[in-house]
Amino acid sequence: MRDSGRSFFAGLGIAVFVATSASAGDSDPQEFTQIERGRYLAVLSDCASCHTVPGSNQPFAGGRAIETPFGNILAPNITPDPETGIGSWSDDAFDAAIRKGLRRNGSRLYPAMPYTAYTKMSREDVLAIRAYLNTVTPVRNAVDANTLPFPFNIRASMRVWNMLYFNQGDYKPDAKKPAEWNRGAFLVDGPGHCGACHTPKTFLGGDKTDDYLRGGFLQGWSAPDITGDSRVGLGAWSAEDLVAYLKSGHNRVSAATGPMAEVVTLSTEHMTDPDLRAIATYLKSLSGKQDHPQTLSKEDAAMVSGGAIYRDQCSACHGIDGKGVAELFPSIADSSMVKSDDPTTSIRIVLRGARSVGTQAQPTAPGMPSYGRQLDDAQIAAVLTYMRNGWGAAAAPIGAADVARVRSDTALRPD
Amino acid sequence: MAKRLPKKDVVIIGLGWTGSVMANELTDEGLEVMAIERGPWRDAPTDFPPSYMQDELRYRVRHELFLRPDQLTFSFRNKVDQTALPIRSWGAFMPPNGVGGGGVHWNAEMWRFLPSDFVLKTHLTERYGASFLPEDMTIQDWGITYDELEPFYDRFEYLCGTSGTAGNLNGKIQPGGNPFEGPRARPYPTPAQAQPFGHTLFGKAAQDLGYKPFPQPSGNLSQAYTNPLGLKMGPCTYCGFCEWFGCSNYSKASPQTTILPYLVRKPNFSARDNSEVIKINVDKSGTRATGVTFVDSSGVEWEQPADLVVLAAYTMFNVQLLLHSKIGKPYDPIANTGVVGRNYTHQTISSVNGFFDNKKYNFNPFIASGAIGMCIDEFNGDNFDHGPHGFVGGGYMGQVQTGARPIESTLVPPGTPKWGAAWKTAVKENYLSTVKPGTGVHGSFYAYRDVYLDLDPTYSDRFGRPLMRITMDLKENEVKQNKFLTDKFAEIIKAMGADKLGIQYRTAPYDISTYQTTHLNGGAIMGTAPTTSALNRYMQSWDVSNLFVLGASAFPQNPGYNPTLTVGALAYWAAKAIRDKYLKSPGRLVDA
Repeated sequence: MRDSGRSFFAGLGIAVFVATSASAGDSDPQEFTQIERGRYLAVLSDCASCHTVPGSNQPFAGGRAIETPFGNILAPNITPDPETGIGSWSDDAFDAAIRKGLRRNGSRLYPAMPYTAYTKMSREDVLAIRAYLNTVTPVRNAVDANTLPFPFNIRASMRVWNMLYFNQGDYKPDAKKPAEWNRGAFLVDGPGHCGACHTPKTFLGGDKTDDYLRGGFLQGWSAPDITGDSRVGLGAWSAEDLVAYLKSGHNRVSAATGPMAEVVTLSTEHMTDPDLRAIATYLKSLSGKQDHPQTLSKEDAAMVSGGAIYRDQCSACHGIDGKGVAELFPSIADSSMVKSDDPTTSIRIVLRGARSVGTQAQPTAPGMPSYGRQLDDAQIAAVLTYMRNGWGAAAAPIGAADVARVRSDTALRPD
Repeated sequence: MAKRLPKKDVVIIGLGWTGSVMANELTDEGLEVMAIERGPWRDAPTDFPPSYMQDELRYRVRHELFLRPDQLTFSFRNKVDQTALPIRSWGAFMPPNGVGGGGVHWNAEMWRFLPSDFVLKTHLTERYGASFLPEDMTIQDWGITYDELEPFYDRFEYLCGTSGTAGNLNGKIQPGGNPFEGPRARPYPTPAQAQPFGHTLFGKAAQDLGYKPFPQPSGNLSQAYTNPLGLKMGPCTYCGFCEWFGCSNYSKASPQTTILPYLVRKPNFSARDNSEVIKINVDKSGTRATGVTFVDSSGVEWEQPADLVVLAAYTMFNVQLLLHSKIGKPYDPIANTGVVGRNYTHQTISSVNGFFDNKKYNFNPFIASGAIGMCIDEFNGDNFDHGPHGFVGGGYMGQVQTGARPIESTLVPPGTPKWGAAWKTAVKENYLSTVKPGTGVHGSFYAYRDVYLDLDPTYSDRFGRPLMRITMDLKENEVKQNKFLTDKFAEIIKAMGADKLGIQYRTAPYDISTYQTTHLNGGAIMGTAPTTSALNRYMQSWDVSNLFVLGASAFPQNPGYNPTLTVGALAYWAAKAIRDKYLKSPGRLVDA
């Protein structure tokens, strides 16, 4: 028996204002404007993604394991519980954590907490978030903050890391750019912390700033290039395409799945249209790497076999013309993700299938089945090579070894 | 002792088509709705993925999507003086199980009934006189007219994205559509599906013989569609795996593709799967339902109290639950009293296979959808003068071949050996050049005094409750009807150019072991008087006013069409009555 109801939400509202803690900083629980501003900033910042266990009815109570290349980190409890949450924190302590990466004892947070991005927010922004968090139900839930293995458990090492990778300070608008562009840049680099996934990382986990937003890798997924690059980025998407994607999880070309599905559900779906347009304006203004690889010959063996596999296995939904069905089955022909330098996500989707995100605007949430059982590594490599070079596109071929790597890496992962 | 759960405004038994429609309507009203489904949760992309769903052995032969008779079955006999035996493997019909119900595995034919079908008794009596009808025939008027139901037909058609060609727009007959259909307010939401060669050839032959062929209205869509709830559907790929199978191309209308993703987002909707309702509870007066009792998969009994109970299971389970809950007077064919179990009907199906010269004809018969086809309606209902023929009723007929799935498509001409090298050669030679319409003749099945459902005196289920007993036979009226229609159908198949015909008439006795359709109807029928119907015209129980019973169990008799569109329309009709009338003033909506 399963209770798929959502009625657990019903009880939440009652307890909200009942018990906040003795300290809770200086915020005023009557200060609606500040609290509402903080709620929206918490949406923009996607706090719930890490600090709420998926499916839990205890928002912000922490305990979700965040996978990093260095080990799993448990997200802390940020409800106003005085002992296990942030109820007894001063406003200064909260601000220092969010914008400087400092714990209350002066030691360093790990950058799994994106203080490197949140530092772009103002102190007023951060205190508004605090004021909002003061209104959520306090939950007693002690979370172990020290789960990384040696040597990463030495937090002092983060001093060096911060020197290398952390530029502290509020967002400084570019006076030469329009307000919408600046708003977009603030959202992307600040609360939205898009670079956490979409900017590639050094072996120490810092941003490779030369490849800003040109595609990253995390948790078994490759995050695509979200610059204006016309081949692998968002260059071929209109601003409306991007707004639709972030608002509804779907557009004429693509659909959100994997970690981005969660971002849509918890964050971008709830953003205002002007903010989504600002994000689109900013991202589309970024030049990508604009390289032009050679397209593979149609006679190439992988293209021939890949084309046959595509016709048999893929064309029922995605169409012989590769165009799919708008907002239902993604277009392969127009997909920049398919052509990404890092094919991990494309391989993973073919191997394991994927579910697109259901939203208020697009509730259907269609899914892609797993083909990992009936297609072997070479066949998956061939069909993806075909997709990357079909319909006038060009991208490096994929080898069976690439598929084998993803098959092995995702074998024990949840979907 | 059942554990008692917190009360809900509404409890819905069964989360198939009607349960989903009703849940969506009543949650829109702001009510807390709980649906309880006996079978498992099923979702399109995860439960019927296109990567393995086209598995004829698993789904067609081994009945993957259907109820296991071990869990629940019925007993069967042809005549009242026989002893019924339990059905141990499904044959004539396929009881659905699980979320989506029959809406998962159906072919998605989207027929409206004829205006005269709703006033059948009155119409036939006026035209032919009462003595024209067999003495033991118990047909009735529905208590609702076509015109009243039209807006709800429209709603269900637009929910499903139905592909078709209108035949009668606001009274004006349209070229290419069914000229016999009742007037519709607007065209189908999407154009008719493209027709493969064999289906096209049937249309041409029918036209040459003077008929007016038209494409079968289909819930397999000709093009992408966004329904009024914002759900997306994709164009059908003509893969030929509809009936018996789920569709995850999002191109076959089902609760999964047209309602559920929207419904499950609502905070005032909840559902329990793998939970079998065993009783509708009533208070001491016997006139008010207090909720339901269900058993979960661990055998634990629960009571779900509710203000309103909606019985939205398959025909058989609706009637059975009423009998087990002792709601409504059980029908007694001898005394001719009682209503629950009365006017139980099925469909009268037959077909004609056509074997063509394989050097001239290649039908590529595997290209199809569940509701594809070219049909004629000249011999349905009372579209023709029955006077000279000595029977009533009829059906549509057409080349409605749903594919050529290999296990069940090994057709050979009459006279071929049944096994061995000659049989194999004949299968190979005929596979591409045979027309196999399947349910080509889709005849009505009218109601009779001694065709009914009641509780079996001998056999019981795993809870110790009596099995429900089917008493059903095929009567002379239906046999005559079928002979007449099948011969007309054979003429058209012949005119297509077939060299040999394999004609399969439907004959008595009624056969429970071979598949016809899952269109079982009646047993808890709607009507105008509590002495002859279990429900009033709003599908409300005459006896228990806070109980509504949806589905084809309400059909007083079965016309010559597939039932689902009418089932869906009646669900919207009942929902509107609940929203507009019942909730404002709970109680009987019709005075008896």
